[in-house]
Amino acid sequence: MALSIFFDGIAYAMILFVLAVGLSITMGLMGVINLAHGAFAMAGGYLAVVLINRLAVPFVPALLLAVALVAVLSVPFERMLYAAIYGRGELDQVLMTIGLTLMSMAVATYLFGPGPVTLKLPGALDGTVPAFGREFPSYRAFIVGVGAAVFAALWFSFERTVLGAKIRAAVDNRAMAEAAGINTARLFTLTFALGCGLAALGGALAVNVVGLTPRFAIQYLVVVLAVVAVGGLGTIGGTMAAALVIGVADVAARYFFPGASAFLIYAPLLLVMLLRPRGLLGKV
Amino acid sequence: MNANSKRSINLLCGMAAFLLCAPLLAQPLTVKVGVVLPFSGPGGDTVEREEQAMRLYMKLHGKELGGTRIELIKRDSKEPSGATTRELVRELIFRDNVDILLAGQFSPDAIAAAPVVTQAKKLLILVNAQASFITNLSPYIVRVSAASWQIAYPMGRYAIEKPGCKKTVVGYIDYAPGRDVLAAFKSGYEKAGGTLADAIPMGGPTGVPDFTPYLRRIRDQSPDCMYIFTPGGPFTLALARTYHELRMAETGVKFLGTGDATQDSILAQYGEQALGWMSGGQYTADLDTPENKKFVAAWQAEYGKDSVPDYFTVHGYDAMAAVFHVVKTLNGKIDADKAVAALKGWKHNSPRGPIWIDPATRDVVQNIYVQKVVKMNGRYGIEVLDTIPAVRDPCKELAIGQCATAASKTK
Repeated sequence: MALSIFFDGIAYAMILFVLAVGLSITMGLMGVINLAHGAFAMAGGYLAVVLINRLAVPFVPALLLAVALVAVLSVPFERMLYAAIYGRGELDQVLMTIGLTLMSMAVATYLFGPGPVTLKLPGALDGTVPAFGREFPSYRAFIVGVGAAVFAALWFSFERTVLGAKIRAAVDNRAMAEAAGINTARLFTLTFALGCGLAALGGALAVNVVGLTPRFAIQYLVVVLAVVAVGGLGTIGGTMAAALVIGVADVAARYFFPGASAFLIYAPLLLVMLLRPRGLLGKV
Repeated sequence: MNANSKRSINLLCGMAAFLLCAPLLAQPLTVKVGVVLPFSGPGGDTVEREEQAMRLYMKLHGKELGGTRIELIKRDSKEPSGATTRELVRELIFRDNVDILLAGQFSPDAIAAAPVVTQAKKLLILVNAQASFITNLSPYIVRVSAASWQIAYPMGRYAIEKPGCKKTVVGYIDYAPGRDVLAAFKSGYEKAGGTLADAIPMGGPTGVPDFTPYLRRIRDQSPDCMYIFTPGGPFTLALARTYHELRMAETGVKFLGTGDATQDSILAQYGEQALGWMSGGQYTADLDTPENKKFVAAWQAEYGKDSVPDYFTVHGYDAMAAVFHVVKTLNGKIDADKAVAALKGWKHNSPRGPIWIDPATRDVVQNIYVQKVVKMNGRYGIEVLDTIPAVRDPCKELAIGQCATAASKTK
């Protein structure tokens, strides 16, 4: 029983991870408080719904396409809106990105209506797989796989590629990086698109767990921000650790103490913020 | 003064006289009905359909009013705290001079509006709000929708008597309406001789949770039945999805819920995953009565073949029927005391079956249908298993908690 709750927790944690890691990257590496992250996630969800339900694109290609489209779509936003607020204070950034979120909700309501939408799963993902002596939904197993793959790919590209080295250099000292001939503006556009693409992936994956309405843009922002804060800004390993701690703790709390779970989810957050204000793996 | 300007003065005088007399000449009386609902709030699609249902009733029955005309004045209360509703109700009464108010999607809306309509002496017809004690807050409030006790209490008794739920676990979304449903179901269940094995709060109403841990907790206790309450819409879809993922149907635990679990308007989206679900509710679009068949046909002719009305829709429809009854009885001259008197004991043949307003509580009395999700003619629909006839609000009958204290206050 404990093992199955653990697995459920990991599956939930992977959704949290995919939803949060993009935000951790844009916030940590670029120093911009992007509260519109949920809006990009929602866009990914709706795009996946349109691609799969209306255009009959198969599930996995539809996910990839939704991610790519949102990443591309985010570029003009970054160039025209976000570039203007990089140097500004936090309040400006919060105001602009919350404004964007509210606008995105209105647009989604206009296009898709305020009601919930669903997404059809292919047969292979609609079954169950045996693990720990129990049957587990294969879709949850798929989510765990996607989360692990995203983690590995991100870790590799940030730690082991030239592009990753350039991004880290630009984050540590932008002026110095530019002096060394790195086009930091283009780098930031790229990083932002990556963050938004990851958000879209999280949004598309979440449709079949918690559903999708225009309120999605704002509904899960708190828990995603909690994951980013606990993990430490801009660290991929930290985000993963935080997602696992919060995801497993949340699911276990909901199972064992459903009455108190609304508060219990904030216990790890409080503890980490007290002991390590910069997050589990944040730079001190 | 030349002749020309003299003529224009005459003309002006004539026009002024005409304008003064116009209201007297124009025979048709206009009854202003203020509609205050959260059109842009969460669940705005549901609310929009309530208003569409009101307009449909007006279209189908408009001729019955003779010379009187009904003018709907629509206001968006946006959020569920009640604060916006109170302001809008005030504004409609004192600035727009409405005669009747249709409001109260959420219980806080109705609770906030109650003192305003009491002071201003205006009839307020509750369109949805389901907290039982609301009608005790003002003598001018009449409910045509339903009270949560009316739905959950009889199901508590039914669960033991018919499907034989000896061991039952309740899961509910943890906010006032959810706790109401829990208390009512528990009360009915205990009255029939049972004891609830467990009651699981499944998170708050602001975000749809991952239902996995809750369903696992139910499953691991291997009860005979579960009784589930969520606010419907996205909650129901996510619940059905996770229920299917965890193969809950194969465990043999019977699923019972409030009508929100078998919401006709979105059933096509999740019927496959919810096959066999049972619910107790006041309406289903598949109700086999001539009155309902006529209503559904008229609805689909107006709003499209794919649009299916649900119980919210019927609340809106019946709220307008109540307005029509008042307008007809009072010949268009609306006085709140007389209007309430006209509605007390009002009997109506609604799409949901016969309903009437209990004169003692100003609350609707209606059938509760035990419904089951089935596949019929290639689509997912509802089969009515049983009818629990003419259910009064048990909360007031049994004088429970606020239902009793609030009642004694108004007396």
